[in-house]
Amino acid sequence: MNTIRNLNKHMKGSRGLYFASLLSIALASFFGLLQPQIIRIILDVGLGNGEWTGAAWVGKILQNLGGAPWIQTHLPLAAALSVAMMALSGLFLYLRGRWAAIAAEDTARRLRERLYNHLHLLEFDYFSRANTGDLIQRCTSDLETVRSFLATQAVEIGRGVFLVLLTGLLMFRSNALLAVVSLSILPAIVVFGYIFFQKVRKTFQESDAAEGQLSDTLQENVSGIRVVRAFARRDYEEQRFDKRNVDFRDKTYKLIRLLAWYWSISNLLCTIQIGLVTVVGGIMAAQGTITIGTAVVFFSYVARLLWPVRQMGRILSELGKTSVSLGRMEEILAEPPETEEGTHQQPIQGSIEFDQVSFGYRPDQPVLKNVSFRAKPGEVVAILGPTGAGKSTLAHLIPRLYDPQAGRILIDGVDSRQWNKRKLREQICIILQEPFLFHRSVKENVALAVQDAGDDEVCRSTRLSALHDVIEGFEKGYDTMVGEGGVTLSGGQKQRVALARTLMRQPRVVILDDSLSAVDAETDERIRGNLKEAFGDSTVFIIAHRAGTLMNADRILVLEDGQVTQEGQHEDLVATDGLYQRIWNLQKDGELAS
Amino acid sequence: MNQENEYTKRFDWRTWSRLIGYVGRHRGKVTVMGAVMIFVAGIDVVQPFLTGWLVDKIIIPGELGRLPAFMILFATLGLVQAFNIFLFIALAGKVDMGICYDIRKEGFARLQQLSFSFFDRTSSGWIIARLTSDAQKLGDVIAWSLIDISWGLSYMAMMAVAMVVVNWKLALVSLCVLPPLLAVSLWFQKRILAGYRNVRKENSRITGRFSEGINGARTSKTLVREEANNAEFSQMTHSMREHSVRTATLSSLFMPTVLTLGAVGTAMALWQGGEAVLAGTGLTYGVLVSFVFATAGFFEPVIELSRVFADLQYAQASAERVLSLLDERPQIQDPQNPLDHEHPIQGDIQFNHVDFRYGDGELILKDFNLHVKQGQTIALVGETGSGKSTIVNMACRFYEPSRGQILIDGQDYRQMSQHHLQSHLGYVLQSPQLFGGSVRDNIRYGRLNASNAEVEQAAQTVGAHAFIQKLPEGYDTAVGRGGGKLSVGEKQLISFARAILANPAIFVLDEATSSVDAETEERIRGAIATVLEGRTSFLIAHRLSTVRRAHRILVLEKGVVIEEGTHEQLMARQGSYYSLYSRQFTQEFSALRRGA
Repeated sequence: MNTIRNLNKHMKGSRGLYFASLLSIALASFFGLLQPQIIRIILDVGLGNGEWTGAAWVGKILQNLGGAPWIQTHLPLAAALSVAMMALSGLFLYLRGRWAAIAAEDTARRLRERLYNHLHLLEFDYFSRANTGDLIQRCTSDLETVRSFLATQAVEIGRGVFLVLLTGLLMFRSNALLAVVSLSILPAIVVFGYIFFQKVRKTFQESDAAEGQLSDTLQENVSGIRVVRAFARRDYEEQRFDKRNVDFRDKTYKLIRLLAWYWSISNLLCTIQIGLVTVVGGIMAAQGTITIGTAVVFFSYVARLLWPVRQMGRILSELGKTSVSLGRMEEILAEPPETEEGTHQQPIQGSIEFDQVSFGYRPDQPVLKNVSFRAKPGEVVAILGPTGAGKSTLAHLIPRLYDPQAGRILIDGVDSRQWNKRKLREQICIILQEPFLFHRSVKENVALAVQDAGDDEVCRSTRLSALHDVIEGFEKGYDTMVGEGGVTLSGGQKQRVALARTLMRQPRVVILDDSLSAVDAETDERIRGNLKEAFGDSTVFIIAHRAGTLMNADRILVLEDGQVTQEGQHEDLVATDGLYQRIWNLQKDGELAS
Repeated sequence: MNQENEYTKRFDWRTWSRLIGYVGRHRGKVTVMGAVMIFVAGIDVVQPFLTGWLVDKIIIPGELGRLPAFMILFATLGLVQAFNIFLFIALAGKVDMGICYDIRKEGFARLQQLSFSFFDRTSSGWIIARLTSDAQKLGDVIAWSLIDISWGLSYMAMMAVAMVVVNWKLALVSLCVLPPLLAVSLWFQKRILAGYRNVRKENSRITGRFSEGINGARTSKTLVREEANNAEFSQMTHSMREHSVRTATLSSLFMPTVLTLGAVGTAMALWQGGEAVLAGTGLTYGVLVSFVFATAGFFEPVIELSRVFADLQYAQASAERVLSLLDERPQIQDPQNPLDHEHPIQGDIQFNHVDFRYGDGELILKDFNLHVKQGQTIALVGETGSGKSTIVNMACRFYEPSRGQILIDGQDYRQMSQHHLQSHLGYVLQSPQLFGGSVRDNIRYGRLNASNAEVEQAAQTVGAHAFIQKLPEGYDTAVGRGGGKLSVGEKQLISFARAILANPAIFVLDEATSSVDAETEERIRGAIATVLEGRTSFLIAHRLSTVRRAHRILVLEKGVVIEEGTHEQLMARQGSYYSLYSRQFTQEFSALRRGA
């Protein structure tokens, strides 16, 4: 029930069309059944000189036309009428297909966009916890399950039900006894199909799993081909792959064999159904209980029912999947989006003050404890500390990717929680430790953060990031694709692209979270020089380990176990007993002695 | 070649005839399958005439005594047909999976021979798709097309013959819808299949976008790019919606059209047959009834056959791609009669006037000469692109010189088998590649018959033992796909242990410990030196403190050795190495980072 309510919710806007589609099925089935009726009349009344025993209204029409003699004299017209019925049925069949497709595709599209948009609204933290592969699965294959349910399966079930109902009605009105005989095995066919496909689900999964292992093994071999070669492990690898290959082949074959059983048995059931109708109908016709035409029409009805009925069992067994898939998507949509309560917005000067700030991802595990410091506009602040001291966390708090749990952060003197998040992030740019590049050209990647960026601006940014010459060296220059089918950028190049695209924003506060770690020392120095020149009045936070970087900062913060233990300039800190001095001396000596 | 090209080419017999070889291996099964399908078709043809016989000989004359005979015949046919159905599905499944299996096996074996230059220019996604989805597609298409074609053709042939025999005039009349039906079916099928291909393409773009959206969500947030992303995504879903609806519309139009054309055939039989029955010109009522039924069933195979044909045409792209992989020839090949030494390789390596370029690219090495004596440690120093990795890759024969020769223990290595040299290599890379399975399995990859004690000894040597023991299940901890659960430094140590276990004559350490923290590196430096003793080894490292102990240090610039000597000699010379070293020393306290 829940599933239907949810489905109904997502179908808002397409309900009318979907309803029209279901209505078309009824009409298509109706006209589809009239065609054999007409054939029956021609064969039975026109050629066999029998009496009309079907629906009274049909008989009336026939009477008005002139009965058997009319058919005999207008045979081509009567035959054409049967074609017309099929064509009408076809028309509604077409409308059903088209309308159901539009309704299902529109629903899928809405759902897709809702998911995509919602994912973008979620908290920064959500993506640290989430399993990306699983999320993608939910947004694609689960969505596809729901779409195909709407577009085909629900419609197929509808068709099956209508067909059985209509045909049953016609049959019962024609001859109740033969009708009962004609429908007697059908439930067994549906139930057999349902049970069978429920049972083989495990075998399906086994085959899927074996395929997954096969492609994992292949993937591993291809990406590790250098190691395979270097250790001359060709035979070993071929054996390993062969094991997977055999396993997949055998498991899938097992599945196909089971399916062979299914089709064989269900075909037998169908044959029994046809045989029953043929024999009982034959006897009744021979005894004169029914006309020959009636018997023949019954034969054709049964033949027509069998296929959709055979499918119904399978489709019904798949319904469970749809509700599971829908539930998995609902879970994403139920995640609370990032709240937006701040309204304050104005150009940022660049003064940042932490006032007794405490924060933890889990309340019982504080990462930052009572952190206080002040950065003036235009200052370069370096942050140093051991892994896990909370450096990145501190950086993430400034553009409000997280909010502090205690204390406050003042940006130009205003509590960050009063700032509008978007306005804040537009001016305070953080470059993440592991930047993500999009599958586009280099130019598009750099221009990502601003609209309608000109080539000049892009080049200016890449020059500042010491990237321009590298890009010019690519065969397609700025149009080179990043990733698959394009260049593979080195770690340092990626980091520089990330820097360049951030600089496009003309940020007032720049936060480099170990963002140049893969860039060599010389280039690093050059970039920092460039930054100083072009963004001299912007406040810069640098989390780094390089001595040169730290030494030249206006202010150095030493962060240990979530607390600021030292603050000052290189000269002061080197002369003061503490982590900075300790590391400085230790490493210097170590380097000399080694 | 990384692009999934559009193939709208005509049916290409050459491609398919090459694949027939794969069918040939299952000759027996395919023959039986064909025979079964002809049998199935025969029964399908007989069935409507059986109904006619029932009407003519039993119902109309009221001879119910013949009914048991009819029932027995009908039941027998039903049972035989059920058996046939089982048989052909099972057989087709065997052939289908057999073909896939063969293609995969051969493709995989080919991959193991191909040179690195192939992997340099081909994305792993492309390779994997060839041996998974494409191989599957070919197996499916070939096996099931054989079923459909043999059934369809024999059914139509037999049905046509039966109809002609019973009444040729009536047969001709109802068969006249066949040509238009065939044409219409083909027209539709081609467009529908092309449409679905487009839908699939759109779908994979959307999947890609979801993946990007989710993986890059945090980046988008920091760039305040959510709305722009959503707008772009909306365009994609719009395009997907358009393609899907268009294709669905086309395919909803297809069935009604075919059904209506079929109804025309039935109506023709009804009309002409009806006239004949009325005129009493020899056509019996029963024959007409079976004719009407026969025409209704006759057109089904037409739909099937046109689908098969369209299917084959679209599978041609898969076929061409798979064949292009199987046809790929390795650039490095073993000689016919490799002259492998009987004794293990010692490790004396000599580069004689070696030139090298990747493909048709620029020369990376030019007239390069180097003699590494057995047991020497050679350090290669220089900027990215100076040719360091090229030199070691050539020493390992992952690439061969474009000109000149490389001698191993005095013999040109092109006269040996690749296996001979490579089974004496220990190779540790900056981006270490681990395989699925446990930590122990990964180390043991270096020597498959090593005992647990030996594995742990190797880990001990490189200082990995301590952290491995801290893992949840120690040496039996699964490393996750590609070693995802370990840090880069940890992976480097494991791959180092793996190389040590192999007990190689030649060691290559290409930035092997770049991500290992300074403390650990310092601690294992001595142990590594012991391991390298007596073996020829190449050392590449940015951290110059690592290369100080090498017997010879080569400073490279654009493929040319500009300085050579021991650390002391080079420092004394106050050249390029000296300035590199001092700059690093004063500027980059990289050790500071490790300690931090």
